[in-house]
Amino acid sequence: MAAGVATWLPFARAAAVGWLPLAKKTMPKPPVDKKSRNDEILFVNVSGLRFQTWKNTLDRYPDTLLGSSEKEFFYNEDTQEYFFDRDPEMFRHILNFYRTGKLHYPRQECIQAFDEELAFYGIVPDIIGDCCMEEYRDRKKENQERLAEDTEAENATDTPLPPHSTSRERLWRAFENPHTSTMALVFYYVTGFFIAVSVIANVVETVPCRPPKGSKKDLPCGEKYTLAFFCMDTACVLIFTFEYLMRLFAAPSRCKFMRSVMSVIDVVAIMPYYIGLVMPENEDVSGAFVTLRVFRVFRIFKFSRHSQGLRILGYTLKSCASELGFLLFSLTMAIIIFATVMFYAEKGTKGTNFTSIPASFWYTIVTMTTLGYGDMVPNTIAGKIFGSICSLSGVLVIALPVPVIVSNFSRIYHQNQRADKMRAQQKVRLARIRLAKKGTTNAFLQYKEEGGFQGRGSDNALCLKNRSSFEHQHHHLLHCLEKTTNHEFTDELTFSEMCMTESVGYRTSRSTSISSQQGVATSCCPRRAKRRAIRLANSTVSVSRGSVQELDTLQVHKTSAGPQSSRSSLNARTEDLKLNCEDRDFTAAIISIPTPPANTPDESLPPSPAIPGILRNSRPTSFTHETVKISSL
Amino acid sequence: MGALMVIFSLQTKQRRKMTDSVEDELELSAARHRPEALEQLEAQTRFSRKELQILYRGFKNECPSGVVNEDTFKEIYSQFFPQGDASTYAHFLFDAFDTDHNGSVSFEDFVMGLSILLRGTVQEKLNWAFNLYDINKDGYITKEEMLDIIKSIYDMMGKCTYPTLKEETPRQHVEIFFQKMDKNRDGVVTIDEFIDCCQNDENIMKSMQLFENVI
Repeated sequence: MAAGVATWLPFARAAAVGWLPLAKKTMPKPPVDKKSRNDEILFVNVSGLRFQTWKNTLDRYPDTLLGSSEKEFFYNEDTQEYFFDRDPEMFRHILNFYRTGKLHYPRQECIQAFDEELAFYGIVPDIIGDCCMEEYRDRKKENQERLAEDTEAENATDTPLPPHSTSRERLWRAFENPHTSTMALVFYYVTGFFIAVSVIANVVETVPCRPPKGSKKDLPCGEKYTLAFFCMDTACVLIFTFEYLMRLFAAPSRCKFMRSVMSVIDVVAIMPYYIGLVMPENEDVSGAFVTLRVFRVFRIFKFSRHSQGLRILGYTLKSCASELGFLLFSLTMAIIIFATVMFYAEKGTKGTNFTSIPASFWYTIVTMTTLGYGDMVPNTIAGKIFGSICSLSGVLVIALPVPVIVSNFSRIYHQNQRADKMRAQQKVRLARIRLAKKGTTNAFLQYKEEGGFQGRGSDNALCLKNRSSFEHQHHHLLHCLEKTTNHEFTDELTFSEMCMTESVGYRTSRSTSISSQQGVATSCCPRRAKRRAIRLANSTVSVSRGSVQELDTLQVHKTSAGPQSSRSSLNARTEDLKLNCEDRDFTAAIISIPTPPANTPDESLPPSPAIPGILRNSRPTSFTHETVKISSL
Repeated sequence: MGALMVIFSLQTKQRRKMTDSVEDELELSAARHRPEALEQLEAQTRFSRKELQILYRGFKNECPSGVVNEDTFKEIYSQFFPQGDASTYAHFLFDAFDTDHNGSVSFEDFVMGLSILLRGTVQEKLNWAFNLYDINKDGYITKEEMLDIIKSIYDMMGKCTYPTLKEETPRQHVEIFFQKMDKNRDGVVTIDEFIDCCQNDENIMKSMQLFENVI
């Protein structure tokens, strides 16, 4: 039901008395209102700011958090009020919505923060009042565009390649982003050079050279040094063809590639040469052949792969298509009108240039664009008057759409600059995430080394105390995973050492590339991850900002026997040696509230004498946990 | 004339964009979910009122829309296992929590799952674990399902482990599991075989009480 109608419902029901005389049947029984009719004042405490409102006010919108029973989850019995740990300034607007039925968008607030508050209180943004709706929509669109660009920049081709990429994928990446390898860079510059050479050759071909011996006429260089130019052209076309074929081979989607603008330009650039090769040397076809040579100039567009500015210009023109279309349309209209008028005005004059309306088009265009060549001038007075009106209106019509195009260009240019900056920051961000992940692992390994599982209250308590309980519980979770799989976490160095000693074929670069692979950028919410962790009561150490601890001496891997022997100091138990490891997977949920971690599992048993040769005595007490971080009071 | 066509085509594109955005917004708003009343949840689960309040506050803070979808879940889970790839296991876990299979975990699903895991009887917990392993929920755990689950768990360990993970380690693990559980050697493990076997294993039973006071 629409907002605020609930207040009027009793009135409508009372007015139903007016139907009684007309009713054909008796009225049905009214529903029994079980709730008390008395209205009460509710206290809502939002981060210390106390609001008071009638219960009925909140009940107006039963689909929201405050209007439904959902608010009971936030009721604090000791203080008899509803406590919300949210922004008190924003809550003012939310409460105003209940009071007035109109939701206003505060202009100074961040749009995302506002949206989050609305989502929390269960209010749909559609009901923002008309006064604030436009502003809200504009800012939301702007924000979404910016987010879309950011995600695009993240998926940029600067990210390191996945380790198992085919040669085809590598080739494609080399083409798209020349900075990835030296070969790609060399190829990039070579093609650029040949494009320049080809364009210059086309230009120089037509310059008149000194005539050869025995002839007086000046010859264009193209006809004098035919062979030289032909060889140069052939070389360029070969390079271009090779490049095009390689791109076609490497493209992930060939149909899409063939339809793209750049590939069309490539094809147009090399087609004339091949057509010229196959065409015979007869006179009537050579006329068409000459026109085809014009297309060779399109090779200059191949530079747009090398120049970002050119691409921006092209993109601007594409995005301003509607403005350009309008410009063209209005110009066409004006040209036709003025050409007609000028033609009829100058019709009487003898020997006039204005022979027909299409002939007057030329005059109109030259005048409107304020060029004024002077090859066609009106002679009659009427013609001069209309000519001056034409030139004045030309200035106006052309000047109007230009600022729109300019602002578009500036916006796109700035976007591009931001994208470049984002890409540069991207590397830093990825590195930070990787570091944080490594920090977590190192923290866990150090925890194990310091014998964190020997139980509390021992003399290890001193070194354990500066870890938060969140870390304790997280380490417990990781330890449980280790027990499940009966393998232990190590760091990269030890792992790479092991790899080298174990088998010959491993490369140490493998482990580092793996660790970089695990730096999967969950960067859409690195802020969120930090916020989540910060909300824990006691700890301010978040997972993503795990303490980076140097691994000085990692003595975890002191094994008495080969790699197959058990970590006897940790999981041996004399009376419970089993030959096979049966690990159960259970998921239990840990909610990381600062209670002391659950009773430490059986690792607190004293180490039994290590009996080498016994395969495994893993205890089937392994759990994998699903830990959900929830804020505590 | 060409200009006219360009202008018209652009206008229709704008109109289409507007309708799309309206539908998008409606879809977003439909994703909100309100849980059942506190009293009902209190009756259905074994949590006290205060505990439910604490749980809900945390849940609502992280997911203001009231539901967790699978991607968020995977993200959360991978934060805890930075070394490996937790997404496959998170997927299975998500399916186990999403009891009504509507693609999102609401607060009720979440709290019912927790109630079983933390306060349930041994039978219920084992039932829950069986449900987790039975990927297609047909009442039998086959070797392929078990292999998938175990592989996903090993994936979470990542590459840097000691001893190094070999290709056949998950498979061996599955064999051991089936040897123990599959009493009648028919290639599948039913719920009764599973529960019987776990109840007879005292290590498992002892570890069951491990996480009861987690809240």
